[in-house]
Amino acid sequence: MEPDILSIRNLSKYFPGVRALSDVSLSVRKGEVHVLVGENGAGKSTLIKIICGIYAPDGGTMVLAGDPYSPRTPREAIDKGIRVVYQEFNLLSYLSVAENIFFDRLPRRGGIWVDRKKLFRDAVETLRRVGLDVDPWAPVELLGVAQMQLVEIAKAVSSKCRVLILDEPTATLSPGEISRLFEIIRTEKRQGLTVIYISHHLKEIYEIGDRITVLRNGELVGTKKTEEIDIPRIVSMMVGRQMDAEYPFMDSPEPTDEPLLEVKGLRIASSPHEISFHLKKGEILGISGLVGSRRTETVRAVFGADKKFGGSVSLEGRLLNVASPGDAVREGICLLTEDRKSQGLVLDMSVEANISLAALDKFSRLGLIDKKKERAAAENMATELAIKTPSMLQLTRNLSGGNQQKVVLAKWILRDARVLIFDEPTRGIDVGAKYEIYLLLWRLLAEGKGIVIVSSDLNELVGICHRIVVFSNGAVSGEVLRRDFQQEKILEYAYRVSHEGSDAE
Amino acid sequence: MNTKRIVYLMLNEAGIGLVLVLLCFLFSYFVPAFASINNISNIFTQISINTVIAVGMTFVILLGGIDLSVGSVLALCTILAGLVITEKSLPPGSAIFLAVLASMAAGMACGLFNGWVCERWKIHSFVVTLGMLNMARGAALQVSGSRTIFSFPRAFNSFGTLSCFGIPVIFMMAILLVAVGHFILEKTVFGRMIYAIGNNEEAVRLSGHNTKIYKVAAFVICGATVGMAAILYMLRLNIASPILGNGFELSAIAAVVIGGTSMSGGKGSLMGTLFGAAIIGVLNNGLLLLGMSDFARQIVTGAIIVGAVVLDTYRAKLSLTLS
Repeated sequence: MEPDILSIRNLSKYFPGVRALSDVSLSVRKGEVHVLVGENGAGKSTLIKIICGIYAPDGGTMVLAGDPYSPRTPREAIDKGIRVVYQEFNLLSYLSVAENIFFDRLPRRGGIWVDRKKLFRDAVETLRRVGLDVDPWAPVELLGVAQMQLVEIAKAVSSKCRVLILDEPTATLSPGEISRLFEIIRTEKRQGLTVIYISHHLKEIYEIGDRITVLRNGELVGTKKTEEIDIPRIVSMMVGRQMDAEYPFMDSPEPTDEPLLEVKGLRIASSPHEISFHLKKGEILGISGLVGSRRTETVRAVFGADKKFGGSVSLEGRLLNVASPGDAVREGICLLTEDRKSQGLVLDMSVEANISLAALDKFSRLGLIDKKKERAAAENMATELAIKTPSMLQLTRNLSGGNQQKVVLAKWILRDARVLIFDEPTRGIDVGAKYEIYLLLWRLLAEGKGIVIVSSDLNELVGICHRIVVFSNGAVSGEVLRRDFQQEKILEYAYRVSHEGSDAE
Repeated sequence: MNTKRIVYLMLNEAGIGLVLVLLCFLFSYFVPAFASINNISNIFTQISINTVIAVGMTFVILLGGIDLSVGSVLALCTILAGLVITEKSLPPGSAIFLAVLASMAAGMACGLFNGWVCERWKIHSFVVTLGMLNMARGAALQVSGSRTIFSFPRAFNSFGTLSCFGIPVIFMMAILLVAVGHFILEKTVFGRMIYAIGNNEEAVRLSGHNTKIYKVAAFVICGATVGMAAILYMLRLNIASPILGNGFELSAIAAVVIGGTSMSGGKGSLMGTLFGAAIIGVLNNGLLLLGMSDFARQIVTGAIIVGAVVLDTYRAKLSLTLS
């Protein structure tokens, strides 16, 4: 058995009123992929932040390769060979790929000048190592998400990195990109790299993980070898209870035949094609497609968040003129955006203010806010959606990801929209909260609303939708009904270059 | 952790109030004349105009903008109001009324221009209002032929020196404005939107609100307060001049920032702004009584502004680590 490279003993961390980590011990062996799972708020991020020198622990010790390890700054952690690739990348978007990879150790000539030749050679070699085929001088902002991630990984593996921490690395990747990432992880592993891997996608764990550590409420539940444990068991360890199924309503009622939303010939800035699809009352329509297939751009245009360049949107047969999100909301269409932190929430305002944000007119008269009414409505929503918050006045920033997402949902439910468009509603959210969100969708359906879900998680779409529309390169490339749901079929559509697309390219 | 908590509380509005009380206490200890009714009444008069402008400035800064043009716009407002008020063909009563109207309208028009250009072409307000700073000053000089206007109606001039129990009327008006502004920010949908947009404009837009209207409105409000401040200034000085108001934008911004409003928007309050304006006024007055020269006072006031911003970033950090 390989020796431990990083052992963590009795680590604790307290924040005012919160016990983020308590008495957590675990050991990471050299050359293994150690998976860390747990619900949002289980303490994964706190643990990572302690390992990489952002937080100082309130108790406990760490040992790195035999030496006591207590980094005081992220710099110190990097110098000792600990690298983290966060979900939000740390890249300088206007600098080149090569400069980004070697940013903190640019090769010098004469002490001052950057040795551009050596930089280029080193970059080419590193890029080959991670299998990324881009021009080393290309600015990072031109790359796609998957490529940016590989640049981050290149940055890590080209330094004397001993432990690489990957935080939800596959959240924005397509299946093909994921398998390539795994291939790279396996190669680096053989060369002695240790990986700590954080993920909400339990299936991935079996593909890539050697051992799994489960955290719950800041405590260690256990560490197990991957082959010794199955998914239901992991889930019950995470949530502390047994869950019946991953997707609660495989047999939800069939939608009505009444059309609700109809998008015809929509043109968006980033695609030359016309996009058409429709949604029926009581239906959950899934929108699938690879990253870059313009799913998000399409729903944003329907909602009026981005400009439309043609086509029509009608609701119950009535042609709408939606030029801004304000128009859409007035017509009863709402959009839960992909990125809840930057687009869905006002993080530094209270839970209450966020819940009432889209429906302030209901709690105000002559421009004056009726705070009692607002509070009552917010409290009502919080109970209904089981939002865990110490008070309605808590800043939304301080809630966990799942609860933040519920606040966004509460905002739209309070608005009483008829068409709810959800873009990646469960990304970065733990199993328990996901389940609750699915249950909520079901309830909304029963009220005769229509739901559109954009998701990169094919299992999720297959699990909850009545019908899936597949996007490819900015055009609808296929449609699958529930009785024909097969992942292969959907993927085939997703990878298919649309007919018009092949002409254009 | 507990001491940190206390420091955190102190650094919030309560803390700014404490600083003010401490300053007053120190000055009255070292300079007996400081605490005299006469001097206090003096300070009230001195801070009134800055307070009024700072109220409008708070709205703009809460939205993450800035208005550098308030000083020159104030000069333009006084000139227009001065021309109306000295118009011989009007009876004094309606002349005064129309002068106030003209001043407010001019201020709001400049604000509307600032806000509209910023939003229409998505230019940062720093640049647009820097332009307005020059335009308004030029307009004031042009319209007045660079002459000072005086000999206002007697009723107008005497109103300026009116006071009630030692509290000058113009200070009361400033306080009333702070109260109205505070009410708007705390109790109305408009105020809620100001804070929300200052925090995350995109999220508010995607919640179905027209954020541009609110942003333009903040500049119009700022212009309106400048129009008011112009009238108050004329009440005090009994003149209107195109060279008035130089550097007023900096005092107003300083009051807002010392008062704890974040330059990046979304955080702050009018109570803080009032305290900020008071701190500047008390410092200026107290240091003068201490016998400090004009130049030295400028150095101290400048240092205080920098100190306030440092405190503000420290506070932001603390609130993050504490949450």
